[in-house]
Amino acid sequence: MSSGSYYVPASSRWPVLGSVALGAMMVGTGIKLVYDTGLPLVLIGVAGVIAVMGLWFRDVISESRGGLYDAQMDRSFRWGMGWFIFSEVMFFAAFFGALFYVRMFAIPWLGGEGAKGVSALLWPDFVATWPLLNPPDSSIAGPQQVFSPWQLPLVNTLILITSSITLTVAHEALKVGDRKTCRNWLTGTVLLGCCFIMIQGIEYYEAYAHYGITLEAGIFGATFFILTGFHGVHVIIGTLILATMLVRIIKGHFADENHFGFEASCWYWHFVDVVWVGLFIFVYVL
Amino acid sequence: MAPNMPPQPPLQHSTTAVADGQSHGHTAPPKGILRWLLTTNHKEIGSLYLIFSLTMFFIGGIFALVVRAELFQPGLQLVEPEFFNQMTTMHGLIMVFAAVMPAFTGLANWMIPLQIGAPDMALPRLNNFSFWLLPVAFTLLLSTLFMPGGGPNFGWTFYAPLSTTYAPPSTTFFILALHIAGISSILGAINIIATILNMRAPGMRLMDMPLFVWTWLITAFLLIAVMPVLAGVITMMLMDINFGTSFFDAAGGGDPVLFQHLFWFFGHPEVYIMILPAFGIVSAIIPTFARKPLFGYASMVYATAAIALLSFLVWAHHMFVVGLPLVAELFFMYSTMLIAVPTGVKVFNWVTTLFRGSISFESPMLFALAFVVLFTIGGFSGLMLAIAPADFQYHDTYFVVAHFHYVLVPGAIFAIMAGVYYWLPKWTGHYPNERLAQWHFWFSIIGVNLTFFPMHFAGLAGMPRRIPDYALQFADFNLLSSIGAFFFGASQLLFVLVVILCVRGGKKAPAKAWEGAVDLEWTVPSPAPLHTFETPPVFHRTSH
Repeated sequence: MSSGSYYVPASSRWPVLGSVALGAMMVGTGIKLVYDTGLPLVLIGVAGVIAVMGLWFRDVISESRGGLYDAQMDRSFRWGMGWFIFSEVMFFAAFFGALFYVRMFAIPWLGGEGAKGVSALLWPDFVATWPLLNPPDSSIAGPQQVFSPWQLPLVNTLILITSSITLTVAHEALKVGDRKTCRNWLTGTVLLGCCFIMIQGIEYYEAYAHYGITLEAGIFGATFFILTGFHGVHVIIGTLILATMLVRIIKGHFADENHFGFEASCWYWHFVDVVWVGLFIFVYVL
Repeated sequence: MAPNMPPQPPLQHSTTAVADGQSHGHTAPPKGILRWLLTTNHKEIGSLYLIFSLTMFFIGGIFALVVRAELFQPGLQLVEPEFFNQMTTMHGLIMVFAAVMPAFTGLANWMIPLQIGAPDMALPRLNNFSFWLLPVAFTLLLSTLFMPGGGPNFGWTFYAPLSTTYAPPSTTFFILALHIAGISSILGAINIIATILNMRAPGMRLMDMPLFVWTWLITAFLLIAVMPVLAGVITMMLMDINFGTSFFDAAGGGDPVLFQHLFWFFGHPEVYIMILPAFGIVSAIIPTFARKPLFGYASMVYATAAIALLSFLVWAHHMFVVGLPLVAELFFMYSTMLIAVPTGVKVFNWVTTLFRGSISFESPMLFALAFVVLFTIGGFSGLMLAIAPADFQYHDTYFVVAHFHYVLVPGAIFAIMAGVYYWLPKWTGHYPNERLAQWHFWFSIIGVNLTFFPMHFAGLAGMPRRIPDYALQFADFNLLSSIGAFFFGASQLLFVLVVILCVRGGKKAPAKAWEGAVDLEWTVPSPAPLHTFETPPVFHRTSH
């Protein structure tokens, strides 16, 4: 804004409605998990969260297009998005940390390394291996086999890396005002995201149907699904964000030099991409 | 003196007043409850946080008094052991997540924009969202007490498998409530960082910021770094409980100790999250009432940063008896002791600030001075606990309880109360009733020491934590602690009285309510109008 004054929004109903919706979603989820009922509350909560996010972002978009934001506001959004992504990094770090700990310490110790002694009494026949096909206790069935990294996982890796490149091409096109190129490459990126989700779906089906990799299949299944699962959720969210950006591009939103909404979506997508590279290396290859 | 900073990007502020209030979106706020539900104003949200925190402080306090009442004498008197466990757990959870943390966030909301000359927080709607998540989260958490099987009963550290395999059904709700609180903390911290990095008055460099702002900047970084790890570990609990995974179950190849590593990777920075802003408050109050600039401003900043970085490298000192490899015991013992260095820097700086100052002893100063002395006692017992071979003896005894209550009650909570007394004139336009505030101080300091000092001896003599009954030789110490706890709890009603009286009236406070106060908040009228610094102030550098 030319006057340079900072925009402080008027009171808004979205935050408090959002917290009520999130509360409904959480309470519903809890009731569903503990008492196996209350699915409607979960759905109402989820719908509420999605609706509030949509309406809240709509306000932000219209304020932005109304010229209410100045360069300082833009920097606030940048700091906000940057630190949000950092929080996501730390979220995944917890799961990677669990994987590394289990592989480097917990399983070797269960196998008798380090003179811990206890596991030798409980499970004297346990042999430490990774992937852990035979969990210590016979009550837990491990996976029959694990995925070769050089089939579907490699395809998915190539898909995601390609999608980062296509997204960058789209962004560069937007910067020079070439809307058509931007739209086409962004469409390609969204399609690649959809392909990834589909292939991951096939892999999950294979995991349960033919590989015996399940949530109950000991620590391998647990770490596999929590890492790939949360990553998959992030890809779905990222694809939805990019699809929104595509709609906005088609509607003629964004200025050539000022389009942080688009840029933030790119940051998010690249972050999701980098997490996958880590997953590919540490969950599938090594 | 401030070191050379890289040049800041020029701020896009105009120094001319904006004639049209509409451009700030200052339509008249909605009336009644809606005003508070929908507000985007940092002062209103700050007040909401503080009121919420005070309410939770009393709820958590009542839980503590149930515990102390049961421990008044040996034997089982008042409550069932199962309920006793729920009370110790809920007391810890509520005090940590619903009382201390929101109190500091409330102070941050009120004071950071005022101290850096910003019109509001960087992301005001997000700010409102962060607050309103809290009542939802803690209503859900407290409701677990009424669920079949009772509420969480495994201690605030919720170690697996106590919190997974052997937990009550309500644990799932506990996890979900903690998720909501975690989202609130992360979003609040993002907002605070964006505000501090982006909204400072033109000319205010990072090394010009008041220490409360600095300590909150670093605290916010810690929050964003570790709250997601907490979210991760409780998600794994949720999976173990509901979806048959084996993260914390050795039978499937997991490890209960993994839970402790992940929890304390969050938990240790968390305890600094609860003390760094307290350092900032004390660093504002002591110079004001000693009428001297803070000694060693830059070293205070670097010491805070050093404490924050070290906090990521010390987590396993909570786990010395769990069966760590020797090399880990040694590493975590020495890294923990290193923290005494930057902490010592801070304590010496406060003491040196007092040296040859023109000291007066108003209520904020009394609390701040008590903070310095009693927090240091808590720090010293922390050093004792850091010694791994000694910790084998102290672990899970009342010595640990004494230690962390010394850093949290006369540490964090005294600093919060000091901050409230210090800034009440700015918030309400009235000075708090000094006589009542001083009574509150002396009652509190007697109550705190009577409650927690005997716990050191009970612990060293071997009394375990979290047990509703104890051997006869601990009876005297426990009797003293219980009397102290009720005395301390009751004297906090005086605090509520002082605050209410101060809101309703009292001696009028000028803009600069304290003679020695220098920061920007004292340049706006008392009470601070709803909107301040809509035109950024011109920042005049004072020598730190």
